[in-house]
Amino acid sequence: MFNYTIRRLLLAVPTLLLISFLIFLLLDLAPSDPTANLPLTIPPEVREKIRISLGLGEAFHIRFLLWCKQFFYNETLNILEQWWGWDFGGDRLRVLSWQTRSPVVDTIVQRIPQTLWVVGMSYIVGILIAVPIGILSAYKQYSWFDQIGTFVSMVGYSVPTFFTGVLVIVIFSVWLGWFPSIYDTTLVVNDWSSFLQQVKQMIMPVSVLALYNAAQISRFMRASMLDNLNQDYVRTARAKGIRERSVILVHVLRNSLIPVVTVIALGVPQVFGGAIITEQVFKVNGLGQLLIIAIQAGDVPTVQTLTFIFAVLIVFFNLIADVLYGILDPRIRYD
Amino acid sequence: MKALLLGAAAIVAMASPTLAERGSDGELKIIYWQAPSTMNPYLSGGTKELEAASLVLEPLARYDEGGNMVAWLAESIPTVGNGGVSADLKTITWKLKDGLLWSDGSKVTADDAVFTWKYCSHPEGGCAQSEKYNDVTNVEALDELTVKVTFGVSKPFPYGPFVGAQAPLLQAAQFADCLGTKAPECTDANFGPIGTGAYKVTEFRPNDVISLAANTHYRDAAKPAFATVTFKGGGDAAAAGRSVLETGEFDYAWNMQLAPEVLAGMQAGGKGEIVSAFGTLVERVMINMTNPDPALGDERATAKHPHPFLSDINVRKALSMAIDRDLLVEIGYGDAGKPSCNVLPAPEIYKSTANDGCLVQDVEGAKKLLTDAGWVPGADGIRQKDGVRLSLLFQSSTNAVRQDFQALIKQWWGDIGIETELRNIDSSVFFGGDPGSPDTFQKFFADVEMYANNFDGTDPESYMANWECKQAPRPETQWQGNNMPRYCSEDYDALVAEMAKTGDLMERARLAKAMNDKLMQEYIILPLVDRGRVSARSNALGGVVMNAWDSELWNAADWYRVK
Repeated sequence: MFNYTIRRLLLAVPTLLLISFLIFLLLDLAPSDPTANLPLTIPPEVREKIRISLGLGEAFHIRFLLWCKQFFYNETLNILEQWWGWDFGGDRLRVLSWQTRSPVVDTIVQRIPQTLWVVGMSYIVGILIAVPIGILSAYKQYSWFDQIGTFVSMVGYSVPTFFTGVLVIVIFSVWLGWFPSIYDTTLVVNDWSSFLQQVKQMIMPVSVLALYNAAQISRFMRASMLDNLNQDYVRTARAKGIRERSVILVHVLRNSLIPVVTVIALGVPQVFGGAIITEQVFKVNGLGQLLIIAIQAGDVPTVQTLTFIFAVLIVFFNLIADVLYGILDPRIRYD
Repeated sequence: MKALLLGAAAIVAMASPTLAERGSDGELKIIYWQAPSTMNPYLSGGTKELEAASLVLEPLARYDEGGNMVAWLAESIPTVGNGGVSADLKTITWKLKDGLLWSDGSKVTADDAVFTWKYCSHPEGGCAQSEKYNDVTNVEALDELTVKVTFGVSKPFPYGPFVGAQAPLLQAAQFADCLGTKAPECTDANFGPIGTGAYKVTEFRPNDVISLAANTHYRDAAKPAFATVTFKGGGDAAAAGRSVLETGEFDYAWNMQLAPEVLAGMQAGGKGEIVSAFGTLVERVMINMTNPDPALGDERATAKHPHPFLSDINVRKALSMAIDRDLLVEIGYGDAGKPSCNVLPAPEIYKSTANDGCLVQDVEGAKKLLTDAGWVPGADGIRQKDGVRLSLLFQSSTNAVRQDFQALIKQWWGDIGIETELRNIDSSVFFGGDPGSPDTFQKFFADVEMYANNFDGTDPESYMANWECKQAPRPETQWQGNNMPRYCSEDYDALVAEMAKTGDLMERARLAKAMNDKLMQEYIILPLVDRGRVSARSNALGGVVMNAWDSELWNAADWYRVK
């Protein structure tokens, strides 16, 4: 298992390099211009100068190598300096966003808390709702509970968050006035009242996203439980006189979790990717909003850095899912 | 009901700001649905950044709501009359107000102005506002408070440098190491510039939220009324409008680009109102005077090949006559627009009244005009002459209102026997100016195209020069230039040249009007709608004076809480 993990990690290096190159290539081929959104009163000569000052005058391969150096070398040294207080000296240019002209990595670090709080929380809430619903729905297949569960997850899965988001804002912010419609990212939680405020502003985005996540995961959970409930080993366990509770929660649940864990693990990178639409609707301004704004503004360094980090997370969580497989199911061995 | 509303409005108007002390009104909450990326307007030409920065950075002079220049950090506006502008129109001398302080407590001096010019005119800096410092050969400090700007040519309108939200003063001490290629590396300075404005930045989160606090060194000891400002960004126009007009969470929301009926519904909530002001932004249809036929290869859409039918003035005139501008305003903009027959709709002294006939739609007249000119309907109902069919390709950027306009105009042109094919292009490509793309508004590989444009400040000289012959985009200029119709007239060019050397304001107004009338009466540009700036203000926020000529937040120092 250990050797396998090391081998996979080593293989990830060329994979990620190739991914970063492909992302860069795609962004370069896309018809976007960082000066396109400027007012028309700014003349073309000035726009050209702006483009050159952003480094767009250089050839494709030079820009790519420069990004690689800035991201892999300069930013790494920078992190080491910040964490350990070392000083490598020298003047290193970091990856600078074309919109803000500030280091992209700093902005990402600034955005992570609100994304993790809102999107991460909704993922956890979603899982906590989905697993019991999935188990019960499967156990009492075609009962009222199952029918209602199926209906709710179909609604959660098929109604887009830009609809449910605006709907809850209109109901709970405009009509009832219970929750704020705009998320305050500067709120510091240091006492009960600010904690309450944080909870209030998180309720709507978290529930909207949790509904969506729960819908997906509960369907997987239900299907996987159903597969196992009809297996011979379940009948054997019951025949041996094991309590129903243990049959379901120990034997069936553990085996059914294998595919569900994969789905959950593979979904984690999406948490970091933020929920582009939900973040926009509630003005959470996390990583998803950062990405979409950067795309609209033709801000290549930000898009490149963010998508690359997502790629790293996806590769990494794929590996975690595979390793978890082995832990949950001793029959699975890769060596 | 109306009387009641008027009465309420009168009470609000009477509730003048009690002469409170600085910071007594708590927190001001502003929402811009496009979040500012930086606080340095010289590194970003975007409107959202200019306006956010205008809370902190100030110019020597700016424009008030009527488009009049008012001295801001300067004592007075230099003119030829008061000796501030030299007789040859090549120098202008500004005198700073005495006793001005930066928000860190240091003195504002003429050296800061000299530095600001150096900062923006550095060849490697990529300064987004370098147009404002065009033709400046030198800026020098005559004494601690006197700045002399020298131009290489005579400038009848010398109020580019240091005037308006686009060209504020930077503090030399803070930006000293940020010249040229170093400019983007000064993140702290770009995010938290030290200014002279009523507020100073306490925290800047790019593309998210800006926290500001009252500037303790502000020149008026009683202002600003608010202790802190939260400047939130992100979301969309509808959400921003909702937060001011329906939930009352915010005090001011910028740029309410919403359908008129949506805005009316939000205003019914009674928590706030829409404020608007009209500047020079005109939504217009540009006519291509050259032939965009792909068969022409490299010479496509260049002056070598006149347009097969749009070079006939009767066709162009008929296109204009068929349009119902009132209906366009009603559908697309509501209170935020008014029909326009001029490409130069303001300020008042430049506004021509010679073309107002376009306000009335005249379908029958258009048909008759075309028939008289020999364009008669063929078997399919489309007019033609000598084998040339009146069939147009009409392009614009992707935007809900523009696509509504395109559909309406297509129908009206259909009514007079002109066939129209519609096309819309993503705005970042359309306005992107990439010479490699065939879809830019400069290349204009279509017969007509629609977009909006305006000019900074109140002087139309460079705007009207857009339609000089030499401004036509063509392969030799890498398809850059502002003369999208490729209009070329010696008379027009002569008017442009004359304006460039005329100093007298009334004479300049006459010339600008003449140029506008020439473009209108030859139907080179079909103006549609004069578009205003529209924002929303909460009933609890007083002192807002909407301004279309400068930053909307130009007088934020005077804003106060209505109690």
